[in-house]
Amino acid sequence: MINWLLEPLTYGFMQRGLAASVMVGILCAVMGTYVVLRGMAFLGDAMAHAILPGIAIAYILDGSLLVGAIAAAVAVAVGIGFISRGGNLKEDTAIGILFAAALSLGVALISTMQTYAVDLSHILFGNVLGVSTSDLWLTAILGAGILLTVGLLYKQFLVISFDPVLAATLRLPAELLRYVMLLLLALTVVVSLQTVGVGLSSAMLVTPAATAYLLTRRLWPMMLVSAVIGALSSVIGLYLSFYLNIVSGAAIVLTATTFFLIAFIWNRLKS
Amino acid sequence: MTHTPHRLEVINISIGYGDKIVLRDVSFQIPHGTRVAVVGPNGAGKSTLFKALVGLLPLKSGRILIHGLDLGLHKDCVAYVPQREEVDWKFPVTVSDVVMMGRFGKLGWLKRPSRADQSIVAESLAQLGIADLEKKSISVLSGGQQQRVFLARAIAQEPHILLMDEPFTGVDITTQEVTLNLLDTLRDRSVTAIISTHDLNLAANRFDFILLLNKRVIAFGPPNEVMRQENLAEAFGNSLLVMENGAMLVDECCPPDEDLPHDHPAKEIQHD
Repeated sequence: MINWLLEPLTYGFMQRGLAASVMVGILCAVMGTYVVLRGMAFLGDAMAHAILPGIAIAYILDGSLLVGAIAAAVAVAVGIGFISRGGNLKEDTAIGILFAAALSLGVALISTMQTYAVDLSHILFGNVLGVSTSDLWLTAILGAGILLTVGLLYKQFLVISFDPVLAATLRLPAELLRYVMLLLLALTVVVSLQTVGVGLSSAMLVTPAATAYLLTRRLWPMMLVSAVIGALSSVIGLYLSFYLNIVSGAAIVLTATTFFLIAFIWNRLKS
Repeated sequence: MTHTPHRLEVINISIGYGDKIVLRDVSFQIPHGTRVAVVGPNGAGKSTLFKALVGLLPLKSGRILIHGLDLGLHKDCVAYVPQREEVDWKFPVTVSDVVMMGRFGKLGWLKRPSRADQSIVAESLAQLGIADLEKKSISVLSGGQQQRVFLARAIAQEPHILLMDEPFTGVDITTQEVTLNLLDTLRDRSVTAIISTHDLNLAANRFDFILLLNKRVIAFGPPNEVMRQENLAEAFGNSLLVMENGAMLVDECCPPDEDLPHDHPAKEIQHD
């Protein structure tokens, strides 16, 4: 049994993969609480897809994918914040247009490459085993920054999420806070691309947080439980991936979904 | 004697959404520590007025002065108790979490609540008779309890002006009573309270001033000056029914405004 657990860790790529996916699991889970509570699931999904052109350009220019993704993420966060500020279009329509266009642009750019199929599948579904040491560092630094910001702005984010009217009477800069939240969300999505990819990052945002929502009654315990579920899903998913030889991102998401189903059924039986 | 500034002065304001003007050319002055009922039919613009008073809706024209200064220059002297359906009651917070939010305006950006804040929260909860609900999730509360949580939060804000939107609609008798008692406590602390209500009887008997609205100010003054047949007829139109003995009945039958609750039984007012 111990051998069974330790054997994958004798490989350097598995160590890095495990470290990366645990960090991503925790980050997505924490930001995911806001996604679930504020009904931003579609937004998170759109963001992930909209980052694709940034990655593709970085790939073509042989630059760092993460840096390309970050640049795209910032642009997308500002773009979505701007479009959803009220106008003639409903917010989800505007996001839908933006995200489909960005996805198409990304696929168009990637399709010019020779290794098209392999690259696309890595980008769409993650390539956790290809995490380099420098990726790991960047993930750690970004992750720490995101968690620190969430910790510092806990009060403000709580008020703008629960009661925007109170936020206004307290004279909180709600608009600015909303942009900061979008930016944190975009950076979280970027970090998650390496492990679960564009296609599945929204699942990592939503599923652990939704599970925690069923099990807790306050915001910070919800974040904590969500983080634990996110981290556990990542570890279990990666082992499954190693032994059953399935794509790591899918294994991680399916594990998280199993946790959700257990919580859902438990919740039903209780009431 | 020196001139005491009015707590709240509203000067020729017009408010609306987009191109649509909901309230036109509204002016009134509310002195120190009084209690004002805002009365009018559905869609008269009561909620709209409140939203403008807390700075949620920009003014199309006019000015709102608090202590002689423009709205927004005071950070935390206006508290607003919204209609209950305006927040998500399934949000994962406890009763004391919600009340603590009332303290956030006085806390620094990165400060955690202190012991003093916690005792203010505890006092506010006790004052509304919901101290025992402190640790309860807000998802299990009854309508009246939800209302009291909002009131406790507003008290915890330690406001100079308290705005309440329909606090008497659809709540139990205990909550009504607790709310009215709270108004007495607030008067002792010379907090100005502005409350919208459909209960004309309550407005006539428990308030210093009545603001009668219907898209504009129909009348503003003490209840005996405002509650006249011609004013009410102008505000409520066909919904006003005058009985032979002089009693007046308001029947709310018009389609409700989208930001108003939907249950308004007929209300009777009796002339003293």
